[in-house]
Amino acid sequence: MSAEAGRLRSYVDYYLVRGRTQIQANFQYRVATYMWLVGMLAEPVVYLVVWTTIAEQQGGAVQGITTGQFAAYYIVWTLVRNMNIVFTPYGWEWRIREGELSAALLRPLHPLHEDIAGFAGWKVVTLVLWLPIAALLWLAFDPVLDPTLLEVAVFSVAIWGAYLIRTMFLSALGMVTFWTTRVSALFELMVALELLLSGRLVPLPLMPEWAQRTADLLPFKWSFYFPIDALVGDLSTRELLGGLLMQLFWIVVLTAVFLAAWRFAVRRYSAVGN
Amino acid sequence: MRGLRLAWLFFKLGSLNELQYRANFFVQLLQSAVAVATALVVLALVYSHTDDLNGWSQPELLVVMGIQILLGGVIRTTIQPNMQRLMEDVRDGRLDFALTKPEDSQLLVSVREVRIWRAVDVFSGGAVLAYGVAGLDRAVGVADALLFLGLLAFGAVTIYCFWLLIATLAFWIVNVWEIMELFEGIYQTGRWPVSIYPAWLRFGVTFLVPIAFAITVPAEAITSRLEWTTAAVAVGFAIALFAFTRWWWRFGLRRYSGASA
Repeated sequence: MSAEAGRLRSYVDYYLVRGRTQIQANFQYRVATYMWLVGMLAEPVVYLVVWTTIAEQQGGAVQGITTGQFAAYYIVWTLVRNMNIVFTPYGWEWRIREGELSAALLRPLHPLHEDIAGFAGWKVVTLVLWLPIAALLWLAFDPVLDPTLLEVAVFSVAIWGAYLIRTMFLSALGMVTFWTTRVSALFELMVALELLLSGRLVPLPLMPEWAQRTADLLPFKWSFYFPIDALVGDLSTRELLGGLLMQLFWIVVLTAVFLAAWRFAVRRYSAVGN
Repeated sequence: MRGLRLAWLFFKLGSLNELQYRANFFVQLLQSAVAVATALVVLALVYSHTDDLNGWSQPELLVVMGIQILLGGVIRTTIQPNMQRLMEDVRDGRLDFALTKPEDSQLLVSVREVRIWRAVDVFSGGAVLAYGVAGLDRAVGVADALLFLGLLAFGAVTIYCFWLLIATLAFWIVNVWEIMELFEGIYQTGRWPVSIYPAWLRFGVTFLVPIAFAITVPAEAITSRLEWTTAAVAVGFAIALFAFTRWWWRFGLRRYSGASA
């Protein structure tokens, strides 16, 4: 076996083991995870209720989006939102403040792999626990959802694309913590921007034209609106596959930004603690 | 009276402690500004597609939002830090220190902590509220304003009771953090008048988590749409809940055995 293949294999092994241990660890805290999942439901339910109310006042639709489509959008939203939960800049802040990074740097593997594999394992747990919640929401809000096989396939890939985009984006942002330990203000500013321009608040077609054009230039909508739209909306095959390519584009760009920032950041790092 | 003086003393002490960290003020200010700006954008977006939301105009919803932000500030400044400390103390067995003091234990655990910078939200919420009130079609009378302040105070009491009820659960179940997280999520529903929610959810945010009494009812007072029966129910509910909370606290306390021994 060549050295290259051996390296790849050890990466795969690492991801499998790390993912599996995370699955086992998190299944132990089922109740905690459930509480958390239910707490997260308030946000989409509020949006859904507000837009359903407006749609009903206007004879059943807002800009062509019917109440059933709103319901489908926000139910799928709950899954995509969960895929968007990744290691945040607060995590980096903690890593640096507590000197945890020192240990991570000693390992022969970039700490990013630990984050990606670990959170991916946790995603599997949330996915399984999410299913009953989705069923209840389905009964409560009566969504209209009729995806083709291709749409389901693209969606299944796109949620993982979304996961990677958001991981790389927040990891890149997390590099700021090497210079300041007060990342919270910057982070919340980005989250607010993301809320508006990703489709988390409303389906993007409801935003003003200029906001939609702005969203086109940013990575946010590819990690949120696109996966939902792929399943709920009526995209052509070209748009579906093009969307996946855009996701790949942003993953590559953000990874490059992260790695560039990492090179400078890690030079600044001086360990705290023992 | 003694209780009030004690609460004031703790407040002063906690504030002095926090005033050392002045940079936190600016961080908090920025966060508050971002939160308010986002809320305003959301509202503008909603009203770009409609003129009224289930009978509520844009200025009226600004009022609701202002109250939600303001009350959220009150919760995060005093109620939440105290309840968090209570839960930690129960877990670590440090509650003994509070219980052995010659003062009412419920009062003590409710006033020990203060996060003064978070009060920024009280002011930004107040600003949004004032902006909303200025945009209302009809002027707000003195009676309406007084009623509003009174109901807001009762609303704050209701929220406090709710938190203490949950925090007291720590005597039985050690890990109540997740329930707190749950509250953070559910509190967001207070941004909108409860009348827009479907019946099952409306019931939940009225009685299970008393957000309707704390936010929507005061908002109804200041937008002159309050019925006297609603006001009476809100006040009665707050008083009953307070009495129950007092009993519940003592009941829970009997379960506490300390861990330091």
